[in-house]
Amino acid sequence: MINTDICIIGAGPVGLFAVFEAGLLKMRCHLIDALPQVGGQLSEIYPQKPIYDIPGYPEVKAQELVDNLMEQIKPFNPTFTLGERVDHLAKQDDGSFVITTSDKTQVHAQVIVIAGGLGCFEPRKPVLENLETFEGKGVVYMVKNPETFRDKKVVIAGGGDSALDWTIYLADVAERVTLVHRNETFRGAPDSASKVFDLANNGKIDLILSANLKEINGDGTLETVKLENKAKEEITIDADYLIPLFGLSPKLGPIADWGLSIDKNAIEVDTTDYSTGVDRIYAIGDINTYEGKLKLILCGFHEAAIMMHSAFKYVYPDQKLSFKYTTVNGVNAF
Amino acid sequence: MVTFTVEDHDGNRQSIEAPDDMGLSLMEILKASEYPVLATCGGMALCATCHVEVLEGEDALGEATDVELDQLENLPEYFPTSRLACQVRISPELEGAVIKLRGEDN
Repeated sequence: MINTDICIIGAGPVGLFAVFEAGLLKMRCHLIDALPQVGGQLSEIYPQKPIYDIPGYPEVKAQELVDNLMEQIKPFNPTFTLGERVDHLAKQDDGSFVITTSDKTQVHAQVIVIAGGLGCFEPRKPVLENLETFEGKGVVYMVKNPETFRDKKVVIAGGGDSALDWTIYLADVAERVTLVHRNETFRGAPDSASKVFDLANNGKIDLILSANLKEINGDGTLETVKLENKAKEEITIDADYLIPLFGLSPKLGPIADWGLSIDKNAIEVDTTDYSTGVDRIYAIGDINTYEGKLKLILCGFHEAAIMMHSAFKYVYPDQKLSFKYTTVNGVNAF
Repeated sequence: MVTFTVEDHDGNRQSIEAPDDMGLSLMEILKASEYPVLATCGGMALCATCHVEVLEGEDALGEATDVELDQLENLPEYFPTSRLACQVRISPELEGAVIKLRGEDN
């Protein structure tokens, strides 16, 4: 079990900056994020887009801001659990919490900070009748360990960069890779697209264009994937795995079941300290809502500072908090 | 002002009137009208959470642009007249159009 003072759910810009504000008050942080990298939507959706409303930066690229935040919080040694979704929250007798993730990682913390943005990014699913029956039994939405697919028959569906990249990678690993795409051409990176066409021309993979997923079947585990092409002909392929790669979309997820007051997918907070209705749970950044709320990174930074000063009393119940400037005290690493 | 019709996920239709001289996007009007549109990326055509299908009026509105197609073609499902609402300007071309909310993101 990981032990920390503050567990921050969401490693986007606001979650990252919260580590800095906690660090100034000598509170340790552990961050959990469903994405495999830090930065939230900045890194996932628009890493190369310039942002113009970060105070002190006339212009900064989204990924650059994330990199700078990582640099800024380094002295406070935050720890991370990435690529796992927070599933369960259990209150302990002493008021602290134990969080359990989708991969059964456990984190014990005095205070929980939800900095989850619009929720956790989850894979978009194709519309197939019995899809859920086969999830984890042949249907997977993410390639975590490529070795899982060694000597297996794999069908990949999608036409974006990740579908192209995994097709190329798994071509050498799997027994057979079939890439199914609804169009004749790919809009992903031209390099990857031409590699995929080469692999198909050399007979290393099967490329089925202008076709859609129609049906999946199997006895307990996935055995076949049925496609339909433009001419409405059905094609059945033997498959141990189907990997649909249609991008990610944010969902509030299990947080919705934690007894917090939620309005339109956002958590209602008290603006004196951004606390939720549940003791020791705070919500900052895009995931919270209050009268006059603006979904801006800079507002999330402000919320993080106020919120950490409020959380101090739970981490150091016997100490009096005194406010200090970094210009006077510096940044004292730990 | 232009007037157009919005059909929600349940098939309910509502007439919407919006100013066509403020540089607004259809996504912004849908959000302002309390439709469940996430618009995660804020209107940069980068997330496809404002996916709509143009049921009527597609000739005036024109086809999806390349940046929209980059997103739309990666969705599990899209239609010949699919658009990203964030890339559709509130303009006279929208007069009389019927827009259906699409996608399961919301």
